[in-house]
Amino acid sequence: MSYLEVSKISKYFRDPEHRGTFCVFEDIHLKIEKSEFITVVGHSGCGKSTLLNIIAGLEDASSGGVILEGKEVDSPGLDRSVVFQNFALIPWMTVFENIRLAVKAANPDWSKSQIKDYTFKYIDLVNLREAANKKPSALSGGMKQRVGLARAFCINPKVLLLDEPFAQIDALTRGVIQDELVEMWEDSKNTVFMVTHDVDEAILLSDRVVLMTNGPNARIGEIVEIDIPRPRTRASIIEHPSYYKIRNHIIHFLVERSQKLSSVNDNKESNNGNKIVSFKKEPSRVNAKCTGQSHSLFHASRAEQVNQLNN
Amino acid sequence: MKEQEKIIGQKNSGLASAMLSLMLVGILIVIWHLATVKPKFDPTGLTEDKLMLLEFNGDIIRTEEGGYEHNSEKNQGIPGPLTVFKYSIAQLSEPFHKKGTNDHGIGHLIVYTIERFFTGFFLASVIAIILGVVIGVNSFLYAALNPFFQVLKPVSPLAWMPLLLYTVKDPQTTAILVVFMASLWPTMANTAFGVKSLRKEFLHVASILQLTPFSRLFRIVLPGAAPAIVAGLRISFGAALVAVVPAEMLLGELGVGYLTWIEWNNLDISGVLFSIGVIGVVGWSLDLFFNRMANSLTYSE
Repeated sequence: MSYLEVSKISKYFRDPEHRGTFCVFEDIHLKIEKSEFITVVGHSGCGKSTLLNIIAGLEDASSGGVILEGKEVDSPGLDRSVVFQNFALIPWMTVFENIRLAVKAANPDWSKSQIKDYTFKYIDLVNLREAANKKPSALSGGMKQRVGLARAFCINPKVLLLDEPFAQIDALTRGVIQDELVEMWEDSKNTVFMVTHDVDEAILLSDRVVLMTNGPNARIGEIVEIDIPRPRTRASIIEHPSYYKIRNHIIHFLVERSQKLSSVNDNKESNNGNKIVSFKKEPSRVNAKCTGQSHSLFHASRAEQVNQLNN
Repeated sequence: MKEQEKIIGQKNSGLASAMLSLMLVGILIVIWHLATVKPKFDPTGLTEDKLMLLEFNGDIIRTEEGGYEHNSEKNQGIPGPLTVFKYSIAQLSEPFHKKGTNDHGIGHLIVYTIERFFTGFFLASVIAIILGVVIGVNSFLYAALNPFFQVLKPVSPLAWMPLLLYTVKDPQTTAILVVFMASLWPTMANTAFGVKSLRKEFLHVASILQLTPFSRLFRIVLPGAAPAIVAGLRISFGAALVAVVPAEMLLGELGVGYLTWIEWNNLDISGVLFSIGVIGVVGWSLDLFFNRMANSLTYSE
């Protein structure tokens, strides 16, 4: 049994124009292990943020459910914290008060000084000690999201949900924050579910990248395993031989195949699981590129894991 | 040096607008004076009989030199600024006198009016904010109660007075209730609006952190809706101030509004102008206090 399971989730909306239902995505099925870092990539409209909100409990699924450690979860909680795309910092509270709100909520029976120390621990973790008494309107985008990350990490959630966390941050700061996120995660090793548009970010951060087809009626097209060894940094990762193969594959998916696959309704054959792609270099095997539509490649020693995924 | 100049430049702009205000006041007073100054009495063309009649009526009086001049003490038309000024000084020099049941000093009257005003306004604000939060949070209740509010809202607060006086029977309480009815609706509408339009992400954060309903209300919802609530309070404030004056007039309750009415009955236009001035100044200072409070409660994102 996996740590976090997204079980056959579909989301429909009532469609006023066509007097029917409008399907964002259907039959999303994912099994995530503890301390795994999963990223979902896809075009706008494929419902990735909706999927994240459903896992967080902020939205309801039309069918299917989310199971965390064997129990179904359908409402928000301290076990699944969220980092929002537009930061969602409380504007009338300072940086310190924003993080303290979370610390206090997660540890209601701590003393005032315990809460204060713990809050400052996380403020220092994101290097914002000088800005601790500033309100969010006085912070830059990068600083705001650092507060968002500190707030999400400080409650020690079972699952960390990142909804395009760096989309509103300038490109230069983005790289720096990505490295900081890697560091923070290496320490705490929460299970992470992230949604992003940035392919490089996905490859840098995740263990597996889930590629969704285009909406409406989106579904999982493929799952790509990233087996570049950790710890990874932006500088070192691009030297890895698989890096550009993976990158090109994903981009090719986003540019062409996500559209093609969405209009092809023959997903029934892989209904039992998602197609998995891996680029690890095999001495005995030759071509690591995925060509056909109906067979999966998998690394020999990980056959067990993959079989489980496929079920 | 350049920085200092920049700062001085900023200071000057505040000073400049204050000077413009003072200049405008000065110009208005001059125009007022010129409009009301009485011309020198010209006896040409008037017979002895006519002059005696005028003197008998008190329109003209004899000067020391033996000529005639207009009697400045007889009321004719709008008094000039000097007359009003003299009257104001007389009133302000003994603000807390009580010479008779209807003749209390201006200090007392201001206090009565403010007491009345604040009681009604405070009561209305508390109830309006509570109701506003309830209907803002719960769209079901909003839809159910909104028709009632829309029907009651356009009724002028003074129109409630006969009904209230008939049921409550006490004119003092009625005056407070008229102020209450005037200041209820703007605050309630704005509170509901502020609560409804609170950004959903803040409520999501509150849900994820599993904040207690109490914590959610007082740490997220109310501070978030505070700018809208304060805007509503400001409007209610103005409406209450406007309502307290006619309420006093109609009910005969002692206060600044009542003063206006009494002075009118006495045909003492200086008194009327004075009391209008007092109402204006009291309203202005209360509004300044309000501004301070409003600025401390707004936030920017």
